[in-house]
Amino acid sequence: MASLEHAVAPPVSHHAATSTGLPSLKLAMWLFLASDCLLFGALISTYVLYRGASTTGPYPSDVFDIPYTSVSSFVLLASSLTMVLALAAIQRGDVGRSRVWLLATALLGMTFLGGQVYEFTSFVREGLTLKTNVFGTSFYVLTGFHGTHVAVGVLMLLTLFTLSFAGKITQDSAMTVELVGLYWHFVDIVWIVIFTVVYLIPTNPGPGG
Amino acid sequence: MADTHIDEPAPEVRARAHAGRHPGPKEYIRIAIILAAITAAEVAVYYIEGFKEILVPVLFFFSFVKFTLVVLWFMHLRFDSRTYARFFVMGLAGAITLFLIVLLTFQVFSS
Repeated sequence: MASLEHAVAPPVSHHAATSTGLPSLKLAMWLFLASDCLLFGALISTYVLYRGASTTGPYPSDVFDIPYTSVSSFVLLASSLTMVLALAAIQRGDVGRSRVWLLATALLGMTFLGGQVYEFTSFVREGLTLKTNVFGTSFYVLTGFHGTHVAVGVLMLLTLFTLSFAGKITQDSAMTVELVGLYWHFVDIVWIVIFTVVYLIPTNPGPGG
Repeated sequence: MADTHIDEPAPEVRARAHAGRHPGPKEYIRIAIILAAITAAEVAVYYIEGFKEILVPVLFFFSFVKFTLVVLWFMHLRFDSRTYARFFVMGLAGAITLFLIVLLTFQVFSS
């Protein structure tokens, strides 16, 4: 396949033998991500159920700033690119470049989080708090859980960045970077769904609206 | 000197052979450009009056394509063992089932 001419072979790392022939840590990460799908499935269902059910405002259309949130989406998508570039670099054995991409991913994640803090602050100023109405409750819980996942991801990225200076992130430990990458991309795909379902799909006015 | 003893390949070697090869940076950048273009299209469609009637299916389609691209290329499910894909699809199917049960139970689609 021509597009794979610069393909990178995942390095053979030194894992203990497993009955599946697959690294247990990677299998466990995929199982964790599958379970996290259920968590976000429940939160998104709750949001869709309640977003148009508020009897008092502010309603979604009163507070959402689509251009602003679109920029946040681009930032998170860009962070997924830098994450795979970090993985490709460590799989080639280029620790220095991997370190740069890991830091870039963490910075983009922090930018996204900063944007979310700003958004929450402006919503509160407009009168939408966790307790204002059911839209506020379901919105803050869903996006708050996602933001918490991003924050955990940033901590993991910064840990990898720090460990790389101690010589603990090498080509042999590329699996560690791959596991953090899987988590990070999962956070990205959850945002892809949230951006569409929460921000872009218009809401029917509630009983009071 | 016929050596009849053949070592079993280590699990990680078998896993690697099973996994195939991950794409390189050029392929990743290409995917990222497509993802950015789709996101731009999503926002554009949101503002274009002509799309109001079909906005929801169009947005779901764009979202599905972005989701699939990230999972297949950035998370390597296209290149890795199918066991990982089975695990993930299991969770995803559970989430979609949960979503549909909740919304059908509370008759969200009929309102």
